[in-house]
Amino acid sequence: MQDRYDIMSESGYDIAVIGAGHAGCEAALASARLGLETILFTVSMENVALMPCNPNIGGSSKGHIVREIDALGGEMGKNIDKTYIQSKMLNLSKGPAVHSLRAQADKAMYSRQMRMTLENTEHLTLKQAEVTEIVTAGDEVTGVIIGTGIKYNCKAVIICSGTYLRARCLCGESITYTGPNGLMAANHLSDCLKSMGIRMYRFKTGTPARMDKRTIDFDKMEEQKGDEKVRPFSFSNNPEDIAREQVSCWLTYTNEETHRVIKENLHRSPLYAGVIEGVGPRYCPSIEDKVVRFADRKRHQVFIEPEGEYTNEMYVGGMSSSLPEDVQLKMYHTVPGLEHAKIVRNAYAIEYDCIDARQLNPTLEFKKIKGLFSAGQFNGSSGYEEAAGQGLVAGINASMKILGREMLVLDRSESYIGVLIDDLVTKENKEPYRMMTSRAEYRLLLRQDNADLRLMEKGHQVGLIRHRQYEKLMEKESLISQEIERAEHTNIGTSDEKVKELLAAYGTQELKSGTTIAELIRRPELDYEKLEPIDPERPHLPWDVKEQVNINIKYDGYIRRQKKQVEQFKKMEEKKIPETICYDEIPSLRLEARQKLKEFSPISIGQASRISGVTPADIAVLLVYLEAKRRMEDHRYE
Amino acid sequence: METDTIAAIATGLSNSAISIVRISGRDSIKIADSIVFLGDGKSLDQCKTHTVHHGWICDGKEIIDEVLIVFMKAPHTYTGEDTIEINCHGGSFVTARILETAVKYGARPAQPGEFTKRAFLNGKMDLSQAEAVGDLISSKNELALKNSIRQLKGSLKGSIIKIREEILYEIAFIESALDDPEHISLEGYPERLDAIVKRLCACLEKMIDTFHEGKLVKEGIQTVILGRPNAGKSSLMNMLLGEERAIVTDIEGTTRDTLEAQINLRGILLNIVDTAGIRKTEDFVEKIGVSRAMKSAEQADLIIYVADSSREPDAGDEEILSFIKDKQAVVLLNKSDLRPVYTEEELRQKTSHPVISFSVKDGTGIDRLETELESMFFLGKIQPDQEVLITNIRHKKELKEALASLHRVKKSIADHMPEDFYSIDLTDAYEHLGFILGESIGEDLVNEIFSKFCMGK
Repeated sequence: MQDRYDIMSESGYDIAVIGAGHAGCEAALASARLGLETILFTVSMENVALMPCNPNIGGSSKGHIVREIDALGGEMGKNIDKTYIQSKMLNLSKGPAVHSLRAQADKAMYSRQMRMTLENTEHLTLKQAEVTEIVTAGDEVTGVIIGTGIKYNCKAVIICSGTYLRARCLCGESITYTGPNGLMAANHLSDCLKSMGIRMYRFKTGTPARMDKRTIDFDKMEEQKGDEKVRPFSFSNNPEDIAREQVSCWLTYTNEETHRVIKENLHRSPLYAGVIEGVGPRYCPSIEDKVVRFADRKRHQVFIEPEGEYTNEMYVGGMSSSLPEDVQLKMYHTVPGLEHAKIVRNAYAIEYDCIDARQLNPTLEFKKIKGLFSAGQFNGSSGYEEAAGQGLVAGINASMKILGREMLVLDRSESYIGVLIDDLVTKENKEPYRMMTSRAEYRLLLRQDNADLRLMEKGHQVGLIRHRQYEKLMEKESLISQEIERAEHTNIGTSDEKVKELLAAYGTQELKSGTTIAELIRRPELDYEKLEPIDPERPHLPWDVKEQVNINIKYDGYIRRQKKQVEQFKKMEEKKIPETICYDEIPSLRLEARQKLKEFSPISIGQASRISGVTPADIAVLLVYLEAKRRMEDHRYE
Repeated sequence: METDTIAAIATGLSNSAISIVRISGRDSIKIADSIVFLGDGKSLDQCKTHTVHHGWICDGKEIIDEVLIVFMKAPHTYTGEDTIEINCHGGSFVTARILETAVKYGARPAQPGEFTKRAFLNGKMDLSQAEAVGDLISSKNELALKNSIRQLKGSLKGSIIKIREEILYEIAFIESALDDPEHISLEGYPERLDAIVKRLCACLEKMIDTFHEGKLVKEGIQTVILGRPNAGKSSLMNMLLGEERAIVTDIEGTTRDTLEAQINLRGILLNIVDTAGIRKTEDFVEKIGVSRAMKSAEQADLIIYVADSSREPDAGDEEILSFIKDKQAVVLLNKSDLRPVYTEEELRQKTSHPVISFSVKDGTGIDRLETELESMFFLGKIQPDQEVLITNIRHKKELKEALASLHRVKKSIADHMPEDFYSIDLTDAYEHLGFILGESIGEDLVNEIFSKFCMGK
């Protein structure tokens, strides 16, 4: 065997990345930018950073991830800033923790732009080929073999195979063995992974139809425009730099007729007929699922979104389906505005192989195979942003490992990416994992507006954030704290007529005694911006500094309480479980807990407490054991 | 971690008719088999679990006692380990001899609370139950014991679980509405949540209120002795204590500060505070003492007013009488051994509280005092069985924290904060209640486990 590859092998690469989707692109860019020779394999050069489903980046909680990627030195935010055609800050009526940026992308431009970036990055080689095998020596990765039999030697491999492994697409009774969009599936790698002892799952996901814009009656729909003042995703861009003409999206609704058509044809849905073996996401349900699960709902939202500026294809958001084509046509035609719509591409469901991510460390390296990393849908997540976030972390950590530096592990209290990875590698995940704001316990601290303040220092330490940008961040930090300090100490008297007028204008109580600007900001009716007229000493500050000042003062009490929760959390995270622990030595541990702990070897008490099947009583037992052991050891040294 | 076998007398060392020696741990069957000879000649490891057997305890050839053996195999036992309970004839000698024999054949004498620690570590009880057992071990009187058992049965647990469930439901509702605004609407929700939170606050307040009563039972009744100078308050305290704790002299105003002690009268624990006599005084130090006396009397559950029958009542006496009008009190007319100037009849006209003719000197009236206190306790307002009693300081602290968090939720609603803010404080409330049940595991909790169960090196 070995001889075969000696003849046909290429060396000189540090890292091989399998798949050039959103995870693969971030992984490859990170490692190449850190100076490691990187080769990025894709089954087709035409599908680099492909968006096979929704034509947007960001949205509730996903927008947070994009900004975190940017703060750590990733590419997604910059790429969407260059290629967006509409942008909107969602949830503005709610608290700042759930404000989320979402941008409609020109899909073709997004893909082309990313490909251009990859092609022009030093140390990065793009290669169209299907990786069929991962080569190991002992428990260590040594390279990959592609379909033509050539071996590429490398020190680390990052699998970002997305939905391509043994993929099959279902549209009613019609089944094709392809990846998304009719692209070639990757049918060989799964067998190799299984032979390496990796546990695989089979998941499914789906996408709605695309319609011809000329056949849609937009008069029957509500227009959804972008924000007038667009916020960039990337912290390196200014709003004015990326301002441009925006296109509209459209809102319409299903109705009882739609639901009747679906119910009458449920038996022809592969999911309900039992043809689909994969498990689908509850949080991104097909229209069939919605009709069945919310049986009392008379209508569901349908968003019609452009796929790009230079195409007539429109995405029918909210109506993904795996029903047969004839039923799809009937169903879509019941929706106001879509009565005469022509389908360009059918809706379909796709099934694919992925792994039980509990086989990974929080660094995204396999526990049992050194140098093998993985990211994205292959790890059981769903969504472009979730994939990209993992890809970035996997790319960073594969590099750190080769460079002999400390790997990057983000925890739940500092980022959504940390929440995402911790959930994936700790909890049993039986469906594609989609990020949601509710998954983050400390979300008031994990806002999209402060991702740079939270993470840019880490990006700088890793080496993906340039020094100049880091200096800018330091400057921003000091401006923020100076202004908060000033606001806390700027007194406002009761007799000032201007103050009285302003308070009355905003319908807030008049002053009974002297107060400060900060105290006034905390009033529900007021904010930092509104107080400008009565704050003559106020310095001129950039908009993003003002935003931080306002949020930090206004929600001060809540932020402090959340920080206290984090302290408690950190204590448990910091209690590390030694690798040498022998769970069999703890007889009072319940059998189930012992098995789970042995199987997943958590790195800390905190992580152990989140493993399903491990109860608080088990954790108490574990803590007592570790403490007793520690005391015994202390005693020995005395 | 705990693999050795422990044994202890489970019933206390009183001269009861029956006592129980309990053995628990990996080798408990082996140890029992070497000291027990069953009537039917079997060995215990041949017996079915959870069965009772007649037999004898022997140390070699010497027969110690005729007993009943309760044989229970893990995991369905109190500790979760193999457990043998030997029901033997009471009396400290026999019982101690059996324990000694068990130890001779390989068991280790258990430390206080060790069975409970094992039960907890083996997941057999939650923390509130374990702590109730801890209280049970250290409880100083029968009433506290009764309460501990109630708590063990989980009435506290039940109430808290219910409140927690409600909070969790609301957190989940808010979160799902944030994640799926299309299908779950928050319209009108703040008002709905406000009503729910108000109700939960009331529940918690009630539980916290009962803490006072709970404390009363466990730590005794706060009792203050009042009286004019030199009426014999300190002598009374010394008599009740059976020791010279307070300085007694004939000089008025000898007791300048308050003195405290704990005594047990017929199973009722009194925390007695001796005070400076009540009189108008110019002495600075004594002045402080008097004001402290009034302050502790204010907080007292019971006041023992010592009047002096050998002297005419003065302004101090009048002040005390009006002070105790609306309080739980007993009046002792002291110095019945001397010629009365101030009679029982005169005193009875001035107060509705029981008046007992008393003499600290010769002990007259002590029986009547005890009987009076007992009946007051059992018939009075303080009824330990009525409510969930919070007998643990930590529980009270967590309840108060949870309550404060819920108040913050109310404030957020009143301030029209966006809904996603509510969950921060709801989560805090949920966590604090979880600490009582041991369902949230914090650092402090573990330290507490260690201190309570004396896990040394």
